[in-house]
Amino acid sequence: MTLTLALVQILNGLQFGLILFLIAAGLTLVFGVMDFINLAHGVQYMVGAYLVAAFTTMTGSFVAGLALALPAALLFGLLLEVLIFRHLYDRDHLDQVLATFGVIIFLNQAVKYVWGAAPLNVAIPDALSGAIEITDGMLYPVWRLVIIAAGLAVGLALYLVVNKTKLGMLVRAGASNAAMVSALGVNIRLLFTIVFGVGAMLAGFAGAMVAPILSVEPGMGDNVLILAFVVIVIGGIGSIRGAFIAALLIGLVDTLGRFFAPTLLKLLLDPSAASQTGRAIAPMLIYILMAAVLFFRPSGLFPSKQ
Amino acid sequence: MSSAPLQLQNICKNYGALRVTDDVSLNIEAGELHAIIGPNGAGKTTLIHQISGHAQSDSGRIIFDGQDVSRLPMAERARMGLVRSFQITSILPRFSALENVAIAVQARSGSSFSFFGNASKEPALNDTAMALLSRFGLAARASVPAGQMSHGEKRQLEIAIALAAKPKLLLLDEPLAGTSHDESQRLINTLQELRKELPIVLIEHDMDAVFALADRVSVLVYGRIIASGSPQSIRDNAEVRAAYLGEEAA
Amino acid sequence: MNNLLDLDAPASPALATPPRANRAYLLPLIVFVIFALVPLSALWGSQSFILALVTRIMILALAAMSLDLLIGYGAMISFGHAAYVGLGAYSVAILASHGITDGFIQLAVALGVSLIFALFTGAISLRTKGVYFIMITLAFGQMLFFLGTSLAAYGGDDGLTLASRSMFFGSKFLKNDVAMYYVAFGVLLGAYLLLRAIVASRFGRVLRGIRENPVRMEAIGFAPYRYQLTAYVIAGMIAGVSGFLLANQTEFVSPAYTAWQRSGDLIFVLVLGGLGSLHGAIIGAAVFSLLADILSHYTENWALIFGPILILVVLYARGGITGLFGSKS
Repeated sequence: MTLTLALVQILNGLQFGLILFLIAAGLTLVFGVMDFINLAHGVQYMVGAYLVAAFTTMTGSFVAGLALALPAALLFGLLLEVLIFRHLYDRDHLDQVLATFGVIIFLNQAVKYVWGAAPLNVAIPDALSGAIEITDGMLYPVWRLVIIAAGLAVGLALYLVVNKTKLGMLVRAGASNAAMVSALGVNIRLLFTIVFGVGAMLAGFAGAMVAPILSVEPGMGDNVLILAFVVIVIGGIGSIRGAFIAALLIGLVDTLGRFFAPTLLKLLLDPSAASQTGRAIAPMLIYILMAAVLFFRPSGLFPSKQ
Repeated sequence: MSSAPLQLQNICKNYGALRVTDDVSLNIEAGELHAIIGPNGAGKTTLIHQISGHAQSDSGRIIFDGQDVSRLPMAERARMGLVRSFQITSILPRFSALENVAIAVQARSGSSFSFFGNASKEPALNDTAMALLSRFGLAARASVPAGQMSHGEKRQLEIAIALAAKPKLLLLDEPLAGTSHDESQRLINTLQELRKELPIVLIEHDMDAVFALADRVSVLVYGRIIASGSPQSIRDNAEVRAAYLGEEAA
Repeated sequence: MNNLLDLDAPASPALATPPRANRAYLLPLIVFVIFALVPLSALWGSQSFILALVTRIMILALAAMSLDLLIGYGAMISFGHAAYVGLGAYSVAILASHGITDGFIQLAVALGVSLIFALFTGAISLRTKGVYFIMITLAFGQMLFFLGTSLAAYGGDDGLTLASRSMFFGSKFLKNDVAMYYVAFGVLLGAYLLLRAIVASRFGRVLRGIRENPVRMEAIGFAPYRYQLTAYVIAGMIAGVSGFLLANQTEFVSPAYTAWQRSGDLIFVLVLGGLGSLHGAIIGAAVFSLLADILSHYTENWALIFGPILILVVLYARGGITGLFGSKS
C-alpha cells in the first residue's frame, strides 16, 4: 500500500518537475543568452492557461484550444518583447526586475479584469480524462501521464535543438559569451527574439497543460516563477541540462517532502506535533536544498559561464 | 633560502585547456624595479593577477615577505603590503579624487568597522591623502569625482591610491597604457622617484620606458620566462630578439 | 556585469561628495516637519484614516529605507526584504498569542530573529553575485512565506489577529492612534539619523566603495563579504522593527506580509523616491501609498495604472523623485 502511494507521489513529483522544466527552460536561456532577468516569465505561464481556457470554450475542444493557444502565447510573448523588454536588455538588473515586476502587476489585474477573479475550469479531453491501472490496484490519471510524456518530449526536442543545430550552437555560445557571438556577425537581436519567443511559448504551453488539473486564476504564475528561479539557480543559469535535472529534483523533493515529512517525523515526535512540524518544514525543503547547493557551488550545478 | 621579498616558485595558471602561465619562477630582490615584458597574450596580466591574489594559482608557491601567500585572497595580500594597480583603470568613479586616496589610507589605519563619525572629515586620513595627491600633482583636483578626470590623471591617481595602501612592494600593470606623450613622461618621472622607495614589478609595453627604468627585465612568452637579466643582456639576447623584439620590428 | 548599478545613472550626486549641508538636509527636514504636524489635522475634524494612512506610510518608509542601505549604498539587490517585515510582525503576534505583550521583549525578539535570519541567509546569499543574489534572496523570502502559511497554530494562510497592541512599562498607551503615530515617527526619525551616520562613517564609505568597484576595494585590502554581510544584517534588523510597528498598527499579521510581491513593492518605493539618498525612501513610500489609495478610490483596477507607472518610471525617470529635485539645481 505504502509502496503504491510512494509510486503515485513519485509520478506526481515527476509531473510537477517537468512542468517546472518547461517554464525554467525559457527563463534560463533568456537569462543565459541575454543576461536579462525577467520576472514576467511567470505571467506567460498564466497567460497560456487563460488562452487555452478561452480557446477551449470558444472551439469546444481542448486540442483545438491548445493549437490556437500556443501561437497566441508566442505572439503575446513577442509583443511584450517588442513593447517593453527590448528596451531593458542594456539596463542593469535592478531596472529589469522593476519593469518586469510592473508587467506582472498590470497583467495579473488585466486578467482579472477580462476573465474575472473566479478560477476558470478547463475540461480534460474526453479520451484522456480517465485513469489507468499502472500496477495492481493503482490508478493514475491519464492526463498527468500525458503531461509527463509532453514534458519529456519537449526536453528531448530542446536537447536536440540546443546540441545538434546551428541555432542551438549560437544559443550555447551566447550563454557563455554573448559578446563573442555578436562579434561573429550573428544578428544577436534576432537570436534574442527567437529565444525569447520560444521561452514564452514553452511557459505558455506549461500553463496550458496544467489548466485542466489546476484552477486557472489571476496570480497563478507568481509562485511558479519563484520555483522556476530556484530551478535555474540550482541548475546553473543558461544550462538546459541543469534546468532539467534541477526541475526534476525540485519537483520530486517538494512533492515527496510534503508527503513523507510528516510521516518520517512521526518516528521522532508525537503524531500531532509531527504532522504540524512536517507540514511547516516540507514547503521549505526546496529552499534549504537550494541554499545547500549554492553554499558549495555558488554558480549552480552546471554553470555555463566561465 | 633566499631573502628576496617576493619569490615566485613554479607557479602555473590554466584557463580551461589553455595554460596561461607555465612554471614561472622568479625572485624580486629588495630595491629593484623588475620589468616583465612579452608579446600580447603572453600571460603578463595573469601573472600579476596571480601574484596579487586576484586569481588563484593552480600550482606553485608565492612567498611574500617571508610568508607563503599562495592561498590568501587579494584583500589579505594587500593588507600585507602586496599592492597592485590595474591595466584597465580601476578607481571609484563617483568618489572624489581625495576620497579615492583617503579610503585606501583608511584601509591601513584603524578599523573600518566603525559606524559613527564622518569618515570624509577625518583629518588624519585626509591629510595623508592630500599629501599623496600633491605629490602626484593632483592637489588642485582633489574634489573632482574621479570618474570625470582625464585618463592621465586617473593613471596618476591609481598609483597614489596604491601608495596610500602602504605597499611594501608594488605591482604595476601597464601604468603607461593609453597615456599621451606628456602624461607618460610624467608617470615615468614618478616611477623614477618611487623605485628609490620600494621594489616594483612593472609590466609595460613601452620599451623605452622599460629600458630606462628597469634594473632587471624578464621576458614572458607563452606563459614561460625565456630570459631574465639586465636590460642590456636582454637587448642582446638572440632568443628574445627572435621571439619578441624581432616581432616588434616587423 | 557584476556591477549591478549603472554608474552613469542620474542618481543622487550627494553620494560621494556631500553638497553643502543646508541643501542636503533641507528636503528631509521638510519631510519630517510635515510628518510631525500631520496629527494636528485632527484639530480640523476627526481624520483618523489620515493618521492611519500616514502611520502606514512611515512604516513602509522605514522598511524601504533599510533596503536603501543594501541597494542604494551597497549594490546588493535583495528581493526578499519583506521577509524581515514578516519576522518582526510575527514576533509580536506569536508572543502576544502566548500572553507576552511587553513591547520591549517583543522588540528584542523581533531584532534577534531578524539578526539570525539575516546572518544565516546573508552568509549564503552573499557568496553569489548578480542575478544569483537577486534570486536567492527572493527564494529565502519565499521560504518564510511558506513557513508562515503552514503555521497552523498561528493562523496559517489566514494570519493572526492581535488581542492588543504592545505594552510598554505596563502601559497600553500604544492603543491611542496618535501615540502609535508618534512612536512610528520617532522610530523613523531615529532610523534615518542612524543610517545617515552609518553611510557617512568609515564602514559606510567602505560599503559605498564596494558598490562603486569591488575589485578596487579588494586591491587596497578590503574584503567585501564582511562589510556586505554586516550591512545586510543591519538592514534586516531595521526592517524587523518596521514589522514590529506594522503588527501593532494593523493589529494583524499574515504571511502576505512576506510575499515576494511585497519585496517588489519595497524596491518600487525605493526607485520611485530615488535610490541612495535615504529620504528618497520616505518620499517614495508617501507617493506609493497615496497613489494606491487615491487610485483605488476611483477604480478597483488601479493596478492597471500602477503597473505601467512603474514601467515608465524605470524606462524614463530612473533618478526617482529625488532625482527630479536634484536636476533642478
